[in-house]
Amino acid sequence: MDLTVHIGNLKLKNPVMTASGTFGYGEEYSEFINLNRLGAIVVKGISLEPMEGNPPPRICETPCGMLNAIGLQNIGLKRFLGEKLPYLRKFNTKVIVNILGNTIRDYIRLAQALEDERVDGIELNVSCPNVKKGGIIFGTDKKMLGRLISGVRKSIKKTLLITKLFPNTSNIHEFAKIAEDSGSDAISLINTIPAMAIDIEIWRPKLANITGGLSGPAIRPVAVRMVWEASRAVKIPVIGIGGTMNSDDAIEFMLAGATAIQVGTANFLNPKSTVEIIDGIEKYLKKKGINNIVDIIGALCYA
Amino acid sequence: MSRYFRAKVVSNLPLNKKSNLLTLRPLERAKNPEPGQFYMIEVGNSYDPLLKRPFSYFRKTSEDIQFLYAVRGKGTLLMKDFMEGEIINIIGPLGTGYPKPSRGYIAVLIGGGTGIASIFSLAERLTKNAYILHGAKCREELLAVNELKSLKGESFICTDDGSFGEKGTTVEILEEILTQNSRLKTQNLIYACGPRAMLEAVSKLAADKGIKGYFSLVEYMACGFGACLGCAVKTVHGYKRVCKEGPVFPIEEIVW
Ligand SMILES: Cc1cc2nc3c(=O)[nH]c(=O)nc-3n(C[C@H](O)[C@H](O)[C@H](O)COP(=O)(O)O)c2cc1C
Ligand code: FES
Repeated sequence: MDLTVHIGNLKLKNPVMTASGTFGYGEEYSEFINLNRLGAIVVKGISLEPMEGNPPPRICETPCGMLNAIGLQNIGLKRFLGEKLPYLRKFNTKVIVNILGNTIRDYIRLAQALEDERVDGIELNVSCPNVKKGGIIFGTDKKMLGRLISGVRKSIKKTLLITKLFPNTSNIHEFAKIAEDSGSDAISLINTIPAMAIDIEIWRPKLANITGGLSGPAIRPVAVRMVWEASRAVKIPVIGIGGTMNSDDAIEFMLAGATAIQVGTANFLNPKSTVEIIDGIEKYLKKKGINNIVDIIGALCYA
Repeated sequence: MSRYFRAKVVSNLPLNKKSNLLTLRPLERAKNPEPGQFYMIEVGNSYDPLLKRPFSYFRKTSEDIQFLYAVRGKGTLLMKDFMEGEIINIIGPLGTGYPKPSRGYIAVLIGGGTGIASIFSLAERLTKNAYILHGAKCREELLAVNELKSLKGESFICTDDGSFGEKGTTVEILEEILTQNSRLKTQNLIYACGPRAMLEAVSKLAADKGIKGYFSLVEYMACGFGACLGCAVKTVHGYKRVCKEGPVFPIEEIVW
C-alpha cells in the first residue's frame, strides 16, 4: 500500500503532519511515539527574536474544544537553529518551520536563514500578527498577503513555501487563490478561530488575553468546508487542519480535497494520536480495497 | 515503559460530601512517581470535556496509584462516576517534584484542601521528623485525617470555622511554628500546596522571616507534558511551564 503524498517538491511518506504550536519542537513527543513515522513535523512558530508570550491563564476548555492565547511564546530563530533543529534532523521525517513576523522583512529574514539551514519547508503563519508592535494584518488583507508571499518567495530559492490561512474570512477561496498566484507551493488551513469564553461567577473573561483561538473537534466541520472551498479554487496542494482526532477525520479532510492533514489539539489528549491516525488510514484503505492514498484526495461524490 | 498507559479503576470512594479517593491500577508497567509529581487523567471518552485533568498523586502502593479529588466542575463530576473495573487512559508521572529537605533543616509541610494530596506524597517519604499542617474551611472538607495521624511527623489540623481541629488557618499555625523554632535556632524549610490565597500568605510570611521553601502550583493544562505552553507561570526567570519545570517551584522565584 502506498501512503506517499507530494506537497510541492517534498515527498512525504504519509499525509500525517503535526500542527504548529501543538508539538513543541518534537522532543516532548519522542518518548511516546517514533518520530520517524511522521510524514512531517511542523514546529512551534518561530520569530526573529524570542517572545515571552501572554500572561496566564492562557487556555480554557469549551464544548468539544479549547481556547488558547499562548501569545506566540517561542525561543527565537537563533536558539531554534542552535538547540532544536539539530535534534529534529536526527529523524527520518521532514521538518517544516512555522514562522511569524511583524513586517515582510521579518518574514524574509526568517525564511532566508531557514533556507540556509536547509529545512524542508517553511509555513507562513499570517494569522497572529502582533498589531500592538506595528504588525500588519496579513491574514485578512488580500493585498498585504499577496505582497508578503511574493516577497518571501523571491527571497528564497527552492525551499517549500506553505501559507497557513486565517479562517476569519467569508471568502477563503480568494485568499487561497492569492496564495497560489503569489508563489506559495501549498496552503494549509485552518488556523484557530478567534473566540471567547466568560466566567459568569466572577464576570471575567476566562483568558487573561480576553480572546483566544478555538481548536479541537468543535471547529472541524468549519475546517472541512473551508478545505473543500479552497481546494476547488487552486491547483496547489491543500493541507487540512482543524479538529482531526482520528483517522476518520483525516480521511474526511482528504475526501474534501486535502492532500495532507495536520494534527493539533488531539496530541494533547493522546500523544500517540499521529501514529494511530497513520495506522487507521492504512486500515481504512485496506478495507476499501484502495492501494494508493492519492485516490481518495478530493474524491468526494456529489450525487 | 511509556508514561501514556491504561489503568483500571480499583475503587472510587467518597471521603466526604465533595471529595473522593480514586485508586488506579496500571495495566502496563509504569514508572514510579516522585513526591509532588502528577498525572493527567482522562475523565471521559467523548470530546466534552475535551482535555485530561491534572492530579497530584496522593499515595503509591506496590500496585496502585491513589488520588484525592474534589468535585468542582464538569470533569471531576464525571470522575465521580468512575466505576470499579473501568479502564481509563492516563499520562504520568509528570513534572518536577519536591526536592528533599537538605541536611539540618526541619520541613514544615502545608496542604490546604486537596493540596494535601501532593503534600502527603512527600510526607510519607520523609525519613526525618517534620511538621505537617492540613487546613480546610470546615470539617467536611478535611481530607485524609486518619492517614495524617499515621505519619512520622507532628501533624496539625485546622478549620476556618473550628468544626474540627484548631480554629484558624494553616498560615497562623505556620507562624507559630516558625516563631518558636527561630527561638530554638532550628532551621525550617517550607513545602506547601493549596489555594492561591494560602500560598500568597505563606510566601509573605516566608519572605518576612527569611525562610526558604517550595510551592506546588496549579494551572490550567492542556497537555501536561510540556508541549502546549498553556500552563505558564511567571517567575523571576520569565515564564515557566507548571507541567514541566514545575509544578514545584522555589517560593522566591514565583512572581505573584
Ligand atoms: C496551544 C496551541 C498553540 C498553537 N500555536 C500555533 C503557532 O505557533 N503557529 C500556528 O500557525 N498555529 C498555531 N496553532 C494552531 C494549530 O496549528 C492549528 O491550526 C489549530 O489548532 C487547529 O487544529 P486542531 O483543531 O487540530 O488543533 C496553535 C494551536 C494551539 C491549540
Ligand atoms: S500543560 Fe501543556 S505545556 Fe504545560
